[in-house]
Amino acid sequence: MRDSVTAQPSRRPTAKAARSVPPLIALSDIMAVTRRNVMHLWRVPQLLVFSVIQPIMFVLLFRYVFGGAIQVPGGQYVNYLMPGIFVQTALFGGASTSIGLAYDLKGGIIDRMRALPIARSAVLAGRTNADLLRNVMVLALMLIVGTLVGFRFHGRPTADLLGIILVLAFGYCFSWVYATIGLAVKDPETAQVAGFIPLFPLVFASSAFVPVTTMPGWLQAFAKVQPVSVTVNAARALFSAQPAWHYIWQVLIWVVAITILFVPLAVRQYRKT
Amino acid sequence: MDVMIEAQGIKKAFGKTLALTGVDLIAETGKVLALLGPNGAGKTTLVRVLATLLRPDAGWARVAGYDVIKEANALRSMIGLAGQFAAVDENLTGRENLELVGHLYHLTKPMRRQRAQEVLELFGLADAGNRLVKTYSGGMRRRLDVGASLVARPPVLLLDEPTTGLDPRSRIDLWQFIEGLVTDGTTVLLTTQYLDEADRLAQKIVVMDVGKIIAEGTSDELKGRLGGDRLEVKVAKGPRFDDAVQIMSGLDEGSPAQVDLAQRRISVPTREGALTLMVAARRLDEAGITLDDISLHRPSLDDVFLAVTGHAATEDTSAQPLPAAGRRARRRTS
Repeated sequence: MRDSVTAQPSRRPTAKAARSVPPLIALSDIMAVTRRNVMHLWRVPQLLVFSVIQPIMFVLLFRYVFGGAIQVPGGQYVNYLMPGIFVQTALFGGASTSIGLAYDLKGGIIDRMRALPIARSAVLAGRTNADLLRNVMVLALMLIVGTLVGFRFHGRPTADLLGIILVLAFGYCFSWVYATIGLAVKDPETAQVAGFIPLFPLVFASSAFVPVTTMPGWLQAFAKVQPVSVTVNAARALFSAQPAWHYIWQVLIWVVAITILFVPLAVRQYRKT
Repeated sequence: MDVMIEAQGIKKAFGKTLALTGVDLIAETGKVLALLGPNGAGKTTLVRVLATLLRPDAGWARVAGYDVIKEANALRSMIGLAGQFAAVDENLTGRENLELVGHLYHLTKPMRRQRAQEVLELFGLADAGNRLVKTYSGGMRRRLDVGASLVARPPVLLLDEPTTGLDPRSRIDLWQFIEGLVTDGTTVLLTTQYLDEADRLAQKIVVMDVGKIIAEGTSDELKGRLGGDRLEVKVAKGPRFDDAVQIMSGLDEGSPAQVDLAQRRISVPTREGALTLMVAARRLDEAGITLDDISLHRPSLDDVFLAVTGHAATEDTSAQPLPAAGRRARRRTS
């Protein structure tokens, strides 16, 4: 019996031994995992409710408490505010990516998935897809809220739609940042706290709520070019029928850069865990 | 002999902790192999290597003919894994959990429906199948978790402490179920801290301690190492306990007695069986020592573990420095 282990047995040459998963199967895997994560939205509706309550509070706070004191170029503050709220909401929504992944990691679900014959990308893509879908729903709710407090679209329908898509694309690429964070910290509570660290400078040192021209020069330099500001500026310009291309290409550069950087980082972290 | 799982020279370190220090393993097709050992012995690490979740630092392993590193994906379609956690989704129903796993094994839709139903029935979850898992008891989750590893009827099952956290009734059900699977030709590798579990289920037991294999064989072979039966006496209350230990230690081959002071029990291995029992009874009687009980019994795996490792199977050795030095025989804790 010992003899049979002294030499490594010859490889079994079969087609099944191929390392990668065929694209169609991979797609089916991604769909299955996406479906599972989307089902959570229906099963835990309070999560959806609470993820709208926070931005609604921001809307009320800035619309009715701070809004009167904030001077914005050209027109009403509510039209200035809402694009900022949309981007903030999409971004905060990404935090659920990291919490969800850390939760799955801790509970052993990621282990189970990694021992299944599925595409390596399925778990992460399934998660980020579901979060994109969630962002669509949350954003739809926020559009209703915005309309109730006086926000109006002034662009052409295609321009307004493009603005919404840019906000969603921005949220989606940040889901991969959050995926990396969630897999790195490996603990849901830590993921929640860690997820907010990059958020605050990005959301508040931006043009989301106030014009950056009121900030000190050194902060302006950051605030003008950082991704939240350019996405807010692009959406704001599109919604109010202003020239927007200047911002749109900046958004695209950020979205592509963040995706190129963080998809491989997240996948690497996933393989390591 | 058909080999389903084989590993050689597997080493794995986490930082400075050596989890596996060169493990060789062979599991035959259609049999149960039990990895027996305390917490920190390296059982889970070995299972994770075989399940392609961990890349070994050295050595190689093949499951169903596929290399754990080079042919990981093909290997994954041959195994079912139930890890130490009940890795089921709380916000899905039991049925949805099983169908998701079936989907990810790439079963057709009718097939995964059918298999989900079969698994639910098999594990006594048919009535709870459409309930969210968050309403399940711990035992139900565990059963669902093991069930999930069976959805695609993989030829190899890797079960990491499958009965931990189960009530005695569910435990026996699961044992019977594993026995049924093996009858159908499935190869099972399970880890356990429970000696009776390995004894009951496994055709081959591999005893692990601090990252290496320290003994292997059938239950009987391992017990045979102790040289036969054990003679055990329970000494009546009184001051003569130490004298009794003295007498017991001088029996048969003079093997040192195993002493449980709290229970006032003393036991020694014996080759002569009944003859030794009579000698012991006579000598203790002559010394005026009263006994509450005297018995001969076949050694348990607990005895085996104590004999080969110098400590009880239920002790946690993970905190000990490696290689574990200066161990002393300790009293049994179970």
